[in-house]
Amino acid sequence: MFQIFSKGYSAFQKTWIVTEVHYDKELLLIDAESPSKDDLENADYYDVAYKAMTSLDPGLPEEEDRQLIQMVSYKYETEVKDLLLKNPDFLGKIVPIKLTASDDVDQVHKGNYPRDIPEKNRRVNDYQLQIYDMLNERGDILSEFNISFFTSPDSREAELAGIASSFMGTVFSILVCLAFSFPIAVLAAIYLEEFAPKNKFTDFIEVNINNLAAVPSIVFGLLGLGVLLAVFNLPRSTPLVGGITLSLMTLPTIIIAARASLKAVPPSIREAALAMGASNMQTTMHHTVPLSMPGTLSGTIIGLAQALGETAPLILIGMVAFVNTIPGTPVDPAASLPVQIYIWSESAERGFVEKVSACIMVLLAFLILMNLAAQIVRHKFEKKWS
Amino acid sequence: MNLILVTFIILLAFTSYYFGRKKALVIQSSQRLTALPKFYGYYLAAWCAAPALIIFALWSVFEPSIVKTFILQDYTDQNLTKNELQLIYTKVKALAAGTYTGNITNFLDESANKYIQLKGIANSAKVAIILAILILSLSFAYRSVQKNDRMREPVEIFLKWVLFVASLGAVLVTIGIVFSLLFEAIRFFQAVKIFDFIFGTHWYPAKTFVRDGQPDPELMKDAFGAVPLFAGTFFIAFIAMCVAIPIGLLSGIYLSEYAGRGVRKYAKPIIEILAGIPTVVYGFFAALTVGPFVKEIGNAMGLEVSAESALAAGAVMGVMIIPFISSLSDDVITAVPQNLRDGSYAMGATKSETVKKVIFPAALPGIVGSILLAVSRAVGETMIVVMASGLAANLTMNPLESTSTITAQIVVILIGDQQFGDPKTQSAFALGISLFIVTLFLNVIALSVVKKYREKYE
Repeated sequence: MFQIFSKGYSAFQKTWIVTEVHYDKELLLIDAESPSKDDLENADYYDVAYKAMTSLDPGLPEEEDRQLIQMVSYKYETEVKDLLLKNPDFLGKIVPIKLTASDDVDQVHKGNYPRDIPEKNRRVNDYQLQIYDMLNERGDILSEFNISFFTSPDSREAELAGIASSFMGTVFSILVCLAFSFPIAVLAAIYLEEFAPKNKFTDFIEVNINNLAAVPSIVFGLLGLGVLLAVFNLPRSTPLVGGITLSLMTLPTIIIAARASLKAVPPSIREAALAMGASNMQTTMHHTVPLSMPGTLSGTIIGLAQALGETAPLILIGMVAFVNTIPGTPVDPAASLPVQIYIWSESAERGFVEKVSACIMVLLAFLILMNLAAQIVRHKFEKKWS
Repeated sequence: MNLILVTFIILLAFTSYYFGRKKALVIQSSQRLTALPKFYGYYLAAWCAAPALIIFALWSVFEPSIVKTFILQDYTDQNLTKNELQLIYTKVKALAAGTYTGNITNFLDESANKYIQLKGIANSAKVAIILAILILSLSFAYRSVQKNDRMREPVEIFLKWVLFVASLGAVLVTIGIVFSLLFEAIRFFQAVKIFDFIFGTHWYPAKTFVRDGQPDPELMKDAFGAVPLFAGTFFIAFIAMCVAIPIGLLSGIYLSEYAGRGVRKYAKPIIEILAGIPTVVYGFFAALTVGPFVKEIGNAMGLEVSAESALAAGAVMGVMIIPFISSLSDDVITAVPQNLRDGSYAMGATKSETVKKVIFPAALPGIVGSILLAVSRAVGETMIVVMASGLAANLTMNPLESTSTITAQIVVILIGDQQFGDPKTQSAFALGISLFIVTLFLNVIALSVVKKYREKYE
């Protein structure tokens, strides 16, 4: 646990390399005297961005330039472009720019990368380290709070990868899960606790629910795969299918919690309502169910917290697909936070280790919040019957 | 289209609720009401929404297969197998949706046109039928409102049925599990003999992958032997139990018998939160920290240790299960009646004698039940094994080597794109059903033991 936190906190920091960029009209291939937005949009930024990096060490022979380019993320060209689009008056001027450092430089800067191993086994060579040290002395390596970790989707490059897509995936699947499981579970619990006659069939339902609560989660994943995807042809890799699969899992948990809290409502309440002439249904709906709600809700939150951390069933229904867009609806492909942890932990790059730790911290924060919420609901609103 | 229809039905139901209530107030001026005015509203709303929605659901379920039979009627004279027909149907659908990228034959084109036509007919028929049903059921309901029939009873009976159907949901899930697993597993056992599956000692499904045509039956025979997986699963679960039972049990006893109020107050919620940590987190911990650590220690002692040893996965799984056993056994021990303790103290026994000789034996059945539940969790645990234990199925009893489990293999087989109809994919369902049977067996025993135990002291 300690290790996760000590490794993870650095993922909330992002390393920038500061250099100078000259927005040279000729290199941008802009002809017009006062270029419009479209002209800037369509200009060629390759050379400008390239020059910005190579200007760090002008004496370097051209064949070795790649070593400098590798020190920033592969998206540096876009970053150069975005800065100009935001400030069109930079055109023709030399301005300082912050470029995202590559994950190797990032790790070196954070001290996670041993510098004393032989150069052959290192992803950062001696030359790059030398440039890094030079920049660091000049104060041109910046470390700032990593906003892009929360706002950008997954990426193959550790320095650009964020949790936005998986976070939205998690939110959508939990909402779908809640929408499916809560009403069904509460209604089922009311029936079983208040109306069900004592016979073989209701006994069977009861045994069934208790067993269902202990079925391994991966079996639910197989169910989602075999029924939801193969028979109903719902779209793969989406939070909709994920949410339904998770709701099947949380269903028994919520039913058990709701039944327990219905059972805890003392019979005197029911008898009083019946004595006032209320029908059975009115007694249940107006008195027993509202009184049992705190317990039911805290059980629901616990069930959802379990669903939040569930990974295996989501992997089976294809939520491991690499998604580099942020989903806007439940039927867009997405990952989820725990699956993101799995995906990143399978990646070889060193930069992903701290990302995984940071992702775990976000996930755990959520779980603790939900558990606290459940306990508060239970203690604040539950009536003590004496 | 569907969304508009459903919203329309629901909106209509809401308006008819208000309409019904208003109507009741009108009736009230001339004769005595049979129920509260809102029941008139509920009555109308239920009659409005329920029949239409039921028909709508049935229609949506059956429409695709009916359309499919109509389309494939044209192909019956061509003597095609089921899979080929399925392929043709997929092509036709893609063509109709405009996403097909292959060469288009006349025949396909014709079918696609027919498909679009059929879909159009089906859609308009659906709307017409549902509107007709809405009008019929609403007018029926309105007549009985006008006649001032009894309103409360039908509404309550309807509600009771809704509750009953909801409670069938859980049963449906079980049936769904059993059938979806059985369906694929049976097809798997048509390709691979069940005997080879249960008693074979080589698990290597990748071997059967053939790009075109059928895989070699001789190869199939040797590739799907599940014994290494069963052995690996129980071996890792055994290691986990060796870690979890002693620690979990002792902490359960401490919490229930020795801990003061203050400790209990804080320890319980913390254990609850610990039990809620996602297994993928434990898996990451096992793969990144415990695995290399075990390897280093082993190497220092001169042993050959794989980085993905069964020991590391099992140990971390044990840690994961500790809170589970601890809180279950805490509950069980707390449920032992106080008079047993009082009796023991009255005979002059010390606290530890009471715990050892009176309370522990009394709670034993419950403890056994909770341990069985824990075993079933360990058997079904997936992520830790996938991340920390090996993926190659070795038949070994050496905790320092890597082994694989049922759950890990299911994930390995099904990760990425699957093709239904491939024996490799089906084997995952066969594994799933064996896992389901094993855990179900453990759960049923555990639950009945715990239940009997509870009844004994209540």
